Order: sequence, then structure tokens, then C-alpha cells
Amino acid sequence: MVEARPRSTVEAGVQPLRRRPEKQLPYPLSIYQSAVGKKWVMAVTGVVGMAFITMHMLGNLKIYLGAEELNAYADGLRTVGAPFAPHGFLLWGVRLVLLPTLLLHVHAAWWLWRQNRRARPVKYQSKRDYIAADWASRTMTWTGPIVLLFLAFHLLDLTWGTANPDFRHGDVYHNMLASFDRWPVVVAYVAANLALGVHLYHGAWSLFQSLGVNNARINTARRVFATLFAVAIVGGYVSTPIAILIGVIE
Amino acid sequence: MDFTLKVWRQAGPKARGSFETYKASGVSADMSFLEVLDVVNEDLIEKGTEPIAFEHDCREGICGSCGVMINGQAHGPNERTATCQLHMRTFKDGDTITVEPWRAAAFPILRDLVVNRSALDRIIEAGGFISVNTGSAVEANMIPIPKVVSDAAMDAAECIGCGACVAACPNGAAQLFTSAKIQHLNLLPQGQSERWQRTEAMVDKMEEYFGGCTNHGECQFACPKGISIDFIAYMNRDYLKSKVTNRKLGGQGFAT
Ligand code: HEM
Ligand code: FES
Repeated sequence: MVEARPRSTVEAGVQPLRRRPEKQLPYPLSIYQSAVGKKWVMAVTGVVGMAFITMHMLGNLKIYLGAEELNAYADGLRTVGAPFAPHGFLLWGVRLVLLPTLLLHVHAAWWLWRQNRRARPVKYQSKRDYIAADWASRTMTWTGPIVLLFLAFHLLDLTWGTANPDFRHGDVYHNMLASFDRWPVVVAYVAANLALGVHLYHGAWSLFQSLGVNNARINTARRVFATLFAVAIVGGYVSTPIAILIGVIE
Repeated sequence: MDFTLKVWRQAGPKARGSFETYKASGVSADMSFLEVLDVVNEDLIEKGTEPIAFEHDCREGICGSCGVMINGQAHGPNERTATCQLHMRTFKDGDTITVEPWRAAAFPILRDLVVNRSALDRIIEAGGFISVNTGSAVEANMIPIPKVVSDAAMDAAECIGCGACVAACPNGAAQLFTSAKIQHLNLLPQGQSERWQRTEAMVDKMEEYFGGCTNHGECQFACPKGISIDFIAYMNRDYLKSKVTNRKLGGQGFAT
């Protein structure tokens, strides 16, 4: 097909925001050159993230079984596959997957956010009255960065120990107690998890649409799934610091 | 019924616009929204001022030209209703109603409430057609199409191209329009030969002008034809597949 030229000044008045990249990358990479493809990558990386936070949350719950159980589990993560696999291979394998996953998710989010702002340079001058776009869907670009900021603190606190008042390598139980004895940390932890919950309330519903696996029959089930998933994740995570703060776990 | 209208007035594409307030009195509840604008315009013409420019044609919800934001909602508060089908009984006597044109980078304002929607035509030109030599018309029942499939295709084909989906979308995305225009062809046997080129070409063209979908779901409620966002999921699936399939065509597709 030949590109149609503008036939009038009226048509010429509409300029594209961007051109389709002239140079299309080789196949799987070309997907990421489009916005639809970026959204697909966002959904895939979102699912990987959801799988990770589910496992991580279940692991955290071991704290209720006592120090030995939790520390043995943490040690187990490093020694899985021994003596055949090297020390920490699972842990590093997971990190190797999660880091690019997070980078892709955030990059795609940033790119879409920028593109979508350019798509409406002049905002509506009267008040909008939204019907379907809910609070969760409109705050994705807020809840996401909040989770990201929290993640940085979280790693400093409980992985590297720099932000922990009394960090002991390998004693996960002790480190958590030391950290969550500080109420501002507990407040931040709960707030960040609520943000994550709101993010997932939209994300876990929306990803079916982005992946293109949605159909009319599962529309209701998707909403239920996303709600339950968000509630389970938030509930599972925030229970621990609260239990520590109020002294249920000593 | 009496209303106060706050209408966006803008003399031209580059001009600065603002809301102007007009009174519409003695309006019948059975009038359509456009007829109220007509009444106001009669007044303005008699006073010797410029009437409000707004686009309209069929006034029965099929041409897609009359879309405006009414109280912050595309085509006003009613579902499955174009502005021309919106009756004044929807409002309460004495209401103040705010009227604003569609806002998107791809829809520059021409004058008052009229925007330039030709970016939507660019998407259709990219692949919203079937290029086969039809010859003389074939007997309609020669191509068997399951009822559910033809129903779904007709649901998509209801799109009147009014641009409400873009206007309502917080991102200014044209996904609902594009998916409807792709899927009403992709669902039918006649659309199969160009299915993958069509999908890729139309989506890529759409992305040149519009924002991207983040699944707010606002468009399907704004749509005067009630087209479902399920078609967007279907388009996403076809787009991903087209990336593989078009590669195999080895450059024999549309020249883009
Ligand atoms: C760390 C910074 C993060 C940022 C900046 C971020 C940002 C975003 C944004 C802007 C969206 C798009 C929303 C939309 O399109 O409506 C999104 C979607 C999503 N996010 Fe995140 N997010 C972050 C972290 C996470 C994490 C940790 C997870 C996993 C637990 C996650 C899971 C998801 C899912 C499942 C979606 C839906 C994908 C889709 O509909 O295609 N996000 N994220
Ligand atoms: S005037 Fe034709 S759809 Fe409203």
C-alpha cells in the first residue's frame, strides 16, 4: 500500500506523535518496538513478579513457625541442589531473572506513560466524570514507583543490612525483629504493601487483556481473581510486621 | 425546561478558547441535545453573533459526527447513546450542562466543538478493507458463517467512528476503534487472506497518532454502540500472532 498524502489542509493539520520505527528489529525484539508489544511484555513481567511475590510471601509466613524454621528455610534457599549445584545457585538464578524483569516492566511503564501524556497535550478543561476507569487503574503510575522505592529500602534493610539497626548475616528471624521494632518502618511497610495491593488489583485483572488471552466467558472470574490475589498478598505480607510490633512474635 | 449551557468556544485551531455561558429556555423534554444547541444558535444568530459550530449529520446515531463531551462524559451520561440521541429528559430542569470538544493530540480542534478526526481515516487506510476482486455478487449463502461468528463480527461492525473511545480514554488511545475495525474483518472468512498484514499495519498506524491502552475500560461505556473491550484483547492476540506470521510472508505483504 502506498502512503496516502494529505488531500487537504484539514488533513495536514493532524501530525503523528511518532513514526513507526523505520528499522524493525529481528522478530522477538520487534514486539517490544510497539506499544501493544510493550504492554504484552509488561503483562508477562507482571506475571513473573506475581509468581515471585507469591512465593516470597509464603516463605515469610514461616516466621510464625519460629526462628529455627525460618532460618533453616532461608539457608535452604542458598543450599538447594547441594552438593551438585554451587552454593546459592537458586538465589542467584532467581535474581538474574528478576532484575531484567523489573527493568523491562518499569521501562515499558515509563515509555507508555510518556506516550500517553503526549497523546493528550491539552487536558479537558471541565471536570471529567469517569464511569469505568477506577482509582486503581488511574494510579498505576503512582503505586508502581511507590513499590519501587519501597523495594530499594527493603533490600537495604533486609538483604544488605545497611538500613538495619542490628544486621546479622544469615539470621533472618533476628533481622526482621530488629527492623520491625521501629514503628515508622512498619508504617512504611504497610503503606507500600497497600500500594502493591492496589497495583495488583488492577494489574492482575488487566494482564489477561494485554496478553490477549481474555474472552467474554472469563470476564467476571478475572475481577474475582484479581481481588482475591491482591487481598491475599497484602494480608500475607502486612501480618508479619504488625505481629512483631504488637509483640505476637518475640 | 430551562438550562444553562457552558460551551467551549474557540475561533480556530490556533486560537485560545474558553467556556461561554448561554441560557436555553423553554426547551421541550423530548428535544435532543443537538436541537438545544440549534435553539441557542437561533438566538445567537438573531443577536448577530457567531453561532456555536458543532458537527452533525444523520441525527439518528449512525454517522458518528456529533460527539462532544457533556458534563465530562463522551456523548453525555447515557449508555449506548450518541449526542444526537440524547434527550433532554435525561437532565433535570435548571441544570447547568458543560459541553467541551474531544481532546486528543490526534483530534485538533477546528472550531468550537468541531474536531478533526481524520487520524481515524489514516488507520482505516492502513488496512481496514478487503482487497479481492469480487466479480459479480456471489449468492449470499455460498460462504457458510456460524451465527456466533457473524454476530460477533456485526457487533464490531457497529462502530460509527465517532472518536468517543479516544475522547473518553484517560490515555487518548484509539484501541477500541481500531480493534473494532480490525475484528469485523478478521472474524469473517472474507477477511482471512489479509488478516495478519491488516492487523499489524492498522495497529502500527494507530500507534503513530494515539496513546496506548492501559485497560481503564472507560471506552466501552463511552461507546454509543456499546462495543466491548473484548475486541481489544482479540486485537492484541492477533497483533502478537501477526509478528510471527508476517515474518514468514517474506516481504510479500502490503508495502508499508
Ligand atoms: C517497581 C515498580 C513498578 C512500576 C513502576 C510499575 C508500573 C506499572 C504500570 C504503569 C503498569 C501499567 C498499568 C496499566 O497499564 O494500566 C503496570 C502494570 C502491571 N504491573 Fe507493575 N509496576 C511496578 C512493579 C510491579 C510489581 C513488583 C509487580 C508484581 C508484583 C507488578 C505487576 C504488574 C502487573 C501484573 C501489571 C499488569 C500488566 C498488564 O496489564 O499488562 N508491577 N505496572
Ligand atoms: S449526528 Fe449522526 S451520529 Fe449523531
